[in-house]
Amino acid sequence: MDDVVRILQLVANGTAAGCIYGMVALGFVLIYKATEMVNFAQGELMMLGAFFAFTFIELWGLNYWLGFLLAIAATGAFGYLLDALVLRRVIGQPQFAVVMLTLGLAFIFRATAGAIWGYDAVGFTTPFTNQVANFGSGLVLGKDQVSIIVGTVILCGVLYLFFSRTRLGIAMQASSQNQLAAYYMGIPVRTVFSLIWAISAGVAAVAAVLLVPVQMIDVNMGLIGIKAFAAAVLGGFGSIPGALVGGVIVGIVEQLAGYYLPAGSMELTSNIVLLSVLIVRPQGLLGQTIRKRV
Amino acid sequence: MSQLKTSYEQDLSLAGTRSNVVWYGLLLASLLLVPLAFSEFYVGEMSFVLIYSIAGVGLMLLTGYTGLVSLGHAAFLGIGAYANAILLSRGVPFVLSLPLAGLISAAAGVAIGIPTLRMSGLYLAIATLAFGSIVVLVGEKWHGLTGGFDGLPVPTPSILGIAVEEPTGIYYLALAVLVFVLFVAMNILRTPLGRALVAIRDSEISAQSMGINLAFYKTVSFAISAGLTGLAGALFGHYVRHLAPDSFGILLSIQLVTIVFIGGLGSLHGAIFGAVFVALLPQAIALVRDDLPFGIGQLPGLEPSLFGLILVLVIMFEPTGIHGRWLKLKRYFLAFPLHQRTSFRRQKSYAKSERLR
Repeated sequence: MDDVVRILQLVANGTAAGCIYGMVALGFVLIYKATEMVNFAQGELMMLGAFFAFTFIELWGLNYWLGFLLAIAATGAFGYLLDALVLRRVIGQPQFAVVMLTLGLAFIFRATAGAIWGYDAVGFTTPFTNQVANFGSGLVLGKDQVSIIVGTVILCGVLYLFFSRTRLGIAMQASSQNQLAAYYMGIPVRTVFSLIWAISAGVAAVAAVLLVPVQMIDVNMGLIGIKAFAAAVLGGFGSIPGALVGGVIVGIVEQLAGYYLPAGSMELTSNIVLLSVLIVRPQGLLGQTIRKRV
Repeated sequence: MSQLKTSYEQDLSLAGTRSNVVWYGLLLASLLLVPLAFSEFYVGEMSFVLIYSIAGVGLMLLTGYTGLVSLGHAAFLGIGAYANAILLSRGVPFVLSLPLAGLISAAAGVAIGIPTLRMSGLYLAIATLAFGSIVVLVGEKWHGLTGGFDGLPVPTPSILGIAVEEPTGIYYLALAVLVFVLFVAMNILRTPLGRALVAIRDSEISAQSMGINLAFYKTVSFAISAGLTGLAGALFGHYVRHLAPDSFGILLSIQLVTIVFIGGLGSLHGAIFGAVFVALLPQAIALVRDDLPFGIGQLPGLEPSLFGLILVLVIMFEPTGIHGRWLKLKRYFLAFPLHQRTSFRRQKSYAKSERLR
């Protein structure tokens, strides 16, 4: 009985961590699906989102929910500007130019955040901090973890409705499926792409604020991006549900490895998952095989 | 610029024109004289530049000529450094341990390249990023082999019984290896192998249609690149004399890629230019640190962010790097006053989709 509860506990912890990875991975995938760019600064966007929330909630003393929304809006606006001012200029350059560009941006963001908010880890109190939800038979979860899982589910629902029901969402789908045809249909593709960057930055901000009760905010929290990469690759780069499923799997495997395998293997897990997926099933769990256009 | 060739020897010679021979000969001669003219500190800095140049040439073959980005090349530098140090401390002579370090790195390159190079270059970037952090973690945990966080002292190398002492000995050693590596790279680039690599860079699909086995040539390119970087790593080990696993992390990988991007993709000159720039930038920052306004010099993240900023600016405004800028400058003066503003206008480019639906 004990073992079952323990495994359930680990799985629940892993799911909560995995939802965060999944949300960051979702950001990668949204941008990749639309623009075929890979944003190596996604983790840093999340870091900025966390610091925005810290500024609004802790420094300005705003209400948690208001600060949450403002942080999403601010990070989204930042993402929009990032595409409109920087990334749009390198369209048509080889893919690795974008990789290097976003890596360079990541370093700039990290240093800028360090210059503004300092290098010490900070945090703020949320309605979920240090609260416990008891599910009976010994299974105890922090409300912070429950909030992450519930938040992810709500976010996915909102995104699903947005992409399937609204005009803008359908325009985004159209532009990511065929840019040229979207242009012909009168969709302002460039603005749409910038908006996708905004959404993806906003999703990163949601992940950041939900992560706050669990982890302190610091300049290097963007390194979570590499785990999100594992999630995105596992789900099949380019599949939105795949990113979330991949995130949850990476989170759970990580927790189990941290418990059952020798110390130090936890940090290796996501990297090993990533490499083995690339070796065994490069198209990921839910990705479709894509052939190149000649 | 171009010359009229009158014999086949001219086609075969590596240097090209006679004036090239004179200028590069002068450059080599002055590099040989550096330890006589400068103090130990500058000789040390110059060796660092030379070591970065070797790694830069290695990465240039991969990134500049094959069009693949590796974000974990510091791992190969580390593997080379550790392999060399461990072999030396087990009593293997330096003349054997140096090439072995290169070979071990190359083997690691093949091991990581075979599974990932079948896919698009993007996956290689992600896979090498993961590989880089795995290597650092393994280096930290495998205490018996690497000494973990305590680090690993690197024995002094000796060639034919003569100890190669810091810094002059390392300088000449690095110079010799760099000349060798450049010789190898220049020759590779004019063999069918080199042509195949450039073809892959320019269009994988057309290269494949011409009968080039993509996976094979990409793996070979990755192996050569990893091997050359491993050589640089072995020398790097002698330069720092005490190895620690965390010094071969992502930051060093980014520095290495910055070398090829800033120098100018697709030219060996670029690798050298970039190495000079990247190796000397920290020193330049240290020189002006106290004179910068608003306490900018005191910010802890100054160096990585400056690398990031320079990388961003180069990719956005001068994708051909320092070498490309140099060529433009040369062309400007050669054609003076008939220089045409449009000669180097960048063509408007469009997003090229790699997908098929």
